[in-house]
Amino acid sequence: MRQELTAAGLGLCSCHVCGLLSRLDKVDGPAHCPRCHTRVHSRKPNSVGYCWALLIAAYILYVPANLLPIMETGTLFNYREDTIMSGVLHLWKTGFWGIAAIIFVASIVVPLFKMLALTLLLFSVQRRSTLWPVQRARLYRWIELVGRWSMLDIYVVTLLAALVHIRSLATVKAGAGAIAFGAVVVLSMVAAMNFDPRLIWDPLRKGYKL
Amino acid sequence: MNETSQLPDLSQIPDAISERGRFSQLVWIIPVITMIIVASLAVKSCLDRGPVITITFKSGEGIEAGQTKIKYKNVQIGEVKAVTIAKDRSQVLVTAEIFKDAGWLLMEDTRFWVVRARISRNSISGLGTLMEGSYIGADAGISRQSQYEFKGMEGPPVIAIDEPGRQFVLHALAIGSLDITSPIFYRGIQVGEVISYELDKDGRGVSLKVFIRDPYDQHVKANTLFWHASGIDFTIDANGVKVNTESMVSILLGGISFLSPESLGNSQPARPNSTFTLFANKDEAMKRLNAVVETYNLVFMESVRGLLTGAPVDLRGVTVGEVTRISLDLDPRNNQISTPVEVQLYPERLWAFYRGKPQRGKPMDSRQLLNTLVKHGLRANLRNGNLLTGQRYVALDLFPKAMPSKIDWSKNPPEFPTITSSMEQFQTTLMKIVQKIEKLPLEELTDDARQTIRTLETTLQKIEKLPMEELAGDVRQTIRTLDITLQKIEKLIKNVDTAIIPEVHSTLEDARKTLDDVRKILGDAKKTLSHDAPLQQDLHETLRELSRAAQSLRVLGDYLERHPESLIRGKEDDR
Repeated sequence: MRQELTAAGLGLCSCHVCGLLSRLDKVDGPAHCPRCHTRVHSRKPNSVGYCWALLIAAYILYVPANLLPIMETGTLFNYREDTIMSGVLHLWKTGFWGIAAIIFVASIVVPLFKMLALTLLLFSVQRRSTLWPVQRARLYRWIELVGRWSMLDIYVVTLLAALVHIRSLATVKAGAGAIAFGAVVVLSMVAAMNFDPRLIWDPLRKGYKL
Repeated sequence: MNETSQLPDLSQIPDAISERGRFSQLVWIIPVITMIIVASLAVKSCLDRGPVITITFKSGEGIEAGQTKIKYKNVQIGEVKAVTIAKDRSQVLVTAEIFKDAGWLLMEDTRFWVVRARISRNSISGLGTLMEGSYIGADAGISRQSQYEFKGMEGPPVIAIDEPGRQFVLHALAIGSLDITSPIFYRGIQVGEVISYELDKDGRGVSLKVFIRDPYDQHVKANTLFWHASGIDFTIDANGVKVNTESMVSILLGGISFLSPESLGNSQPARPNSTFTLFANKDEAMKRLNAVVETYNLVFMESVRGLLTGAPVDLRGVTVGEVTRISLDLDPRNNQISTPVEVQLYPERLWAFYRGKPQRGKPMDSRQLLNTLVKHGLRANLRNGNLLTGQRYVALDLFPKAMPSKIDWSKNPPEFPTITSSMEQFQTTLMKIVQKIEKLPLEELTDDARQTIRTLETTLQKIEKLPMEELAGDVRQTIRTLDITLQKIEKLIKNVDTAIIPEVHSTLEDARKTLDDVRKILGDAKKTLSHDAPLQQDLHETLRELSRAAQSLRVLGDYLERHPESLIRGKEDDR
């Protein structure tokens, strides 16, 4: 097998701003580009720690996001508060199976799956797993891609809240759950952004040290 | 530039500049903060959770879990969480969560009911629920005892608990046209409502709870009279036709009126939940302006046919009571049937008859008074009130000749002595007469009569057979003869007048002369015979001498009887 060269493997790193290659071997801790003085690093610094912190925060917020009402609708005849799940059930009961499925997938399955996937990646990275690096890389790409679609719910709520605001006849308000849910989505997105996928590949390199 | 395609000389790559101490673990603040927020939210929601209550309803109509609200004074205080059926299938259990800040409304006497559109005889309510859906209404109690399990009411309460006013209980024989929310009038003003009604436990009447609103409730006094003001009171009596109504509303819906009679003085406002009697109409109510009512039992040994409950008990025409119950009693010991009649007496009216009026409010005095009256012969008896209808009433009256009796105070109600009614007495007398008539030997009597009649008949026949005309002829002749005789007598009398009477006259004159002579002779004789006449004197002396001589002779005789020898020898003394 051919020796795969990586910048990190050679102890080099390129500046993100001016593109200058510099040597990191002799530097202990954070380093600056010798030309433009931008901070340089071969891997995102403390990527796993950041990722963990944000992921845990997302996990925590996932609970109120699902328990608190996400939308309060008041009409002349009744007033109801819906959590994500009760909204899905309501739509399902009233026959809107398609919409119910979309919301269920986008708002419940995807965020949960995303967080579980990130957890898996973080674990595998920390354990320096060398298993299925290609699949894991694909998983990461998918996470990045799908993450923003989780905001569908929030879009619906914000749109409705902005549009339907006929006082006393009908009102739609975003509930506390919407905030929590939005936070879950944002935090998981940021966590995913902070994850450095290069770490997936690092254990393949000989003499690798985290 | 060949070298550019070659791997550059790595040794020429400059070293990165080292930087110290800017690494931090600050990112971990994020999960910590979220943790704190979520935990605080969780704690808050736990703390904010209000009490969960269970309300039982007969039907779950209009109640939906998660939808139906609980409102107090039209403000939401909670929400229904679940609707289930009780295990015994008799009721619907509604589990509801009450907001924490409304928890203090959950008291022992808090009431819940389902507010839905209702159309009843006298109100339409809850129309709003047609649009919004039903909700559970609450009326917070005033008790201090909190409670979390409630029995839902079937309808809304008529009066909110905190509404100022007072409740009273009315006893009636029947509810009539009254219903919950039936109005109560005081001098024509609607001042309250009927809240509820229920059958008495013994089934002998109905208890109505009424509510009188605040400024008016002070007019309900201890002696207030309540009566049915339902509909139209239409009476025809000796005074003519009379129509009485309270108001249009009460004509349609029924109602209750009350009044505190001024004649009974100003008494204190009644306490809440006092009990009053609900009279059938105003007249009946006014009849009984009596605060004191005493019950007595009258045991009659005769038929009480014609006596109805409500019949008056009167004392010489003045109503002093009323018959309340008539029953029948069979004594197994002597197989006698008696009819105990329960009456209510108004002793206040009896006091009116009593000169030395005792002071009010002394029930013992009526007892004493009745005892004295009974001692003097006060008895109850049945009398005919109306001969046409045969209705009877109980009359109290003095029967001084009645057998002595007493009120039996030991019984409950006390037993008042009775006396058989005059009608009854008359009947028994009549019966006796009839019995006597029955005992008469009527057949013999008729036989005798028949015989007598037959004899009479024969006699008459005999008389008929007599030769009446001959007899008449004889009679006529006799009469004629008699006539002649009488004429003769007349002549004779005339003769006497003319011839005899003068002769008699002269004879009488002679006689008078003779009598005069006699009188003279007698006068002489009287003179001769008088005491001081000389003849008399001489006669007296002679007689005296004679008696003396006789005395001497008697002495001599006696002496000779004892001394016969003296005839020979002479007296001894002489010797």
